[in-house]
Amino acid sequence: MTYTFGLDTFGDRNSDADGQPLSHAQTIRNVVEEGVFAEQAGVDFFGIGEHHTEYFPMPAGDVVLAAIAARTERIRLGSAVTVLSSDDPVRVFQRYSTLNAISGGRAEVILGRGSSIESFPLFGYDLADYEELFEEKATLFAELLQGGPVTWEGKTRAALLNQDVVPHTESGPFPAWIGVGGNPQSVIRAARLGFSLALAIIGGPPARFAAYSQLFQRALEKFGRPPLPVLVHSPGHIAASDEQAKAEFWPRWRDIIAQIAPERGFAIPTQASFDRETGPDGALYVGSPETVAQKIAANLRALGATRFDLKFGMPGLTHDQLMTNIELYGHQVIPRARELLS
Amino acid sequence: MQELSRLAVLGAGHVGPVIARLAIKAGYPVAIATSGDPEDIALITELVIPGAQPRWASDAIADADIVVLAIPLHRFLDVDPGLLNGKLVVDAMNYWPASDGVLTAFEAGGSSEIVARRLAGSIVVKALNHIGYHELEDLARPAGDPGRRAAGVAGSDPAAVAAIADLVDRFGYDPVRFGSLRAGRILQPGGPVFGAVLTRPEFERAVGEDARSLT
Repeated sequence: MTYTFGLDTFGDRNSDADGQPLSHAQTIRNVVEEGVFAEQAGVDFFGIGEHHTEYFPMPAGDVVLAAIAARTERIRLGSAVTVLSSDDPVRVFQRYSTLNAISGGRAEVILGRGSSIESFPLFGYDLADYEELFEEKATLFAELLQGGPVTWEGKTRAALLNQDVVPHTESGPFPAWIGVGGNPQSVIRAARLGFSLALAIIGGPPARFAAYSQLFQRALEKFGRPPLPVLVHSPGHIAASDEQAKAEFWPRWRDIIAQIAPERGFAIPTQASFDRETGPDGALYVGSPETVAQKIAANLRALGATRFDLKFGMPGLTHDQLMTNIELYGHQVIPRARELLS
Repeated sequence: MQELSRLAVLGAGHVGPVIARLAIKAGYPVAIATSGDPEDIALITELVIPGAQPRWASDAIADADIVVLAIPLHRFLDVDPGLLNGKLVVDAMNYWPASDGVLTAFEAGGSSEIVARRLAGSIVVKALNHIGYHELEDLARPAGDPGRRAAGVAGSDPAAVAAIADLVDRFGYDPVRFGSLRAGRILQPGGPVFGAVLTRPEFERAVGEDARSLT
C-alpha cells in the first residue's frame, strides 16, 4: 500500500512575533515560501483552500499554487477545497488545467463547500440553491475532466454544445476529489460521478467515518467503477513537544472557532473539548511528531484511507511557527507514519 | 416492557442518520425516508444506519407514531402537509440564513411556529435542533451520568412535549421543557443554547429569564 501525505492551508493570516497581524499580501507571500519549503521537507502534496475572509484572505489559491509550481519540481499542488457551487466549472477546469501545464502534471482539485459560505453572497448565489448548484456543476466538471468536446445543458450556467475547452491536459484527467463533511448522500454522489473521496474530519472521533469509506467503495461497485482512493483532511499543529504544540495552537483555535461558531452551529471550544479533540479519539492532530504520527497511522488504517492532509496553521500563528510545523511534518511525522503503516 | 413508538425520520443528510442511529440504539423501530425512491438510500441505510428501514416517505409516515423532520428547511416547503395529518411531528430543522440562505417564508417569527402553521393537522414539537449533528451522538449519556447534557423540548401540547421529552431522555439527554413553540425560539440559531452543549444547570443559566417559561 502506498501512502501519501499532504499539507493544506486556508491562507490563515499570520501574526508577527509580537502578535500583530501581518498584511494579507505578506501572508500570501509567506504561503508561497511555505509551499516551496514543503517540497524541500519531503511533503507529497500542498493544498490551498478557498476563503474570502479577513482572517483567511485566500480567494485565488490557484494563482498562489502557480507561483509555488514555478519554484518546485516534485510536490503535487491542488485546491483544498474549491467552492465549486459559487464558481464556474469551466473556469475551474481551465485554471487547474493551466496549473497542470505549468507544473508538468502536478495539479489536483478537491471540490466542495468547506467552511466557506461567504462566496455565495459575494458572487450572487443563493445558499438555498446549494444542492442544485453543486450537483450540476460537479457533473459538468466530471465531463470536462475527461477531455474532448463537451455538450451539456442545465440551469446553473450557459449550455455547451460540442465545446472544446482548453488547455487540454497532456496525459488525461488530473486527480479530482469531492470533499465530504458528514452527509452520506455526498459520498454516494462522489462515487456516482467518479471522483475520489476526501473526508473532512474536523471534530469528534475520526473512526465514525469508517462507515463512509465502506459506503464509498460499495457505491463505486454499484456504479460499476473501479476502486478509488480516500483521503482524510484534518486540522492540527506540530511542535517539538505536545505541551508546546497545544500552547501555541489552543488560543488560536479557540478564537477562530468562537468567531465562526454562530454561523456553523459549532460549540464554543473549552479546555475540556480541546483536550478531547487532541486526544487519541479526537479530530485535532496537535502535538509532538510522535503523537501526530501515531494518530495519523491509526486513523488511516481505521478509515481505509491512503492519504492524509494536515490542515496546518491558524490565524495568529507566526510564519516561523508554520515553517517549524512543516519541517517537523516532513522530516519526522511522515517517515514515522510510513514506518507505522508498513 | 413498554412498547416504544415507531419513528419515521425524514431526511438522510447530515442530521437524519444521526437521529436515526440514536433512536435505534434506544430501541425504537425506525424507518428512514427522503423525497425519493428508498432504493436510492438502501446502501446508506445498510452501512451508515444499520437497523433502520428505508421506505417511501408516505409509507414511513403512515406507519409511524412520531415523525422527525430532518430535512433542509427549504425542502420542507415541498412536503405535503396532508401526509402528516394527525401525527406527532418533531421539528429538528433550523432557519439559519447565515448557513443556508434567506427564506422569505421564515423571516417572520419562530421557525417551528411557521412549520406548525403549515402542518395544521399535526402536533408539532421543537427538539433535537440545537446540538450540532457532529456532536449529538458522541455526547449522549445515560441518565445519572454526571456529564449528561441538556436538550430543549418545546411545544404547546403537554402530552406531546412529555412524549418527546421521554424520547430525548432515552436518546441520552436531560430534557428541558418549554410550554410553547414560541418559547422554543430560545433554541434557535442566534439564541443562547444553539450550538452550545450544556449540562442542565449551565443550560438553565444560559436561558436566564426565559427559564420562567420552563415547565
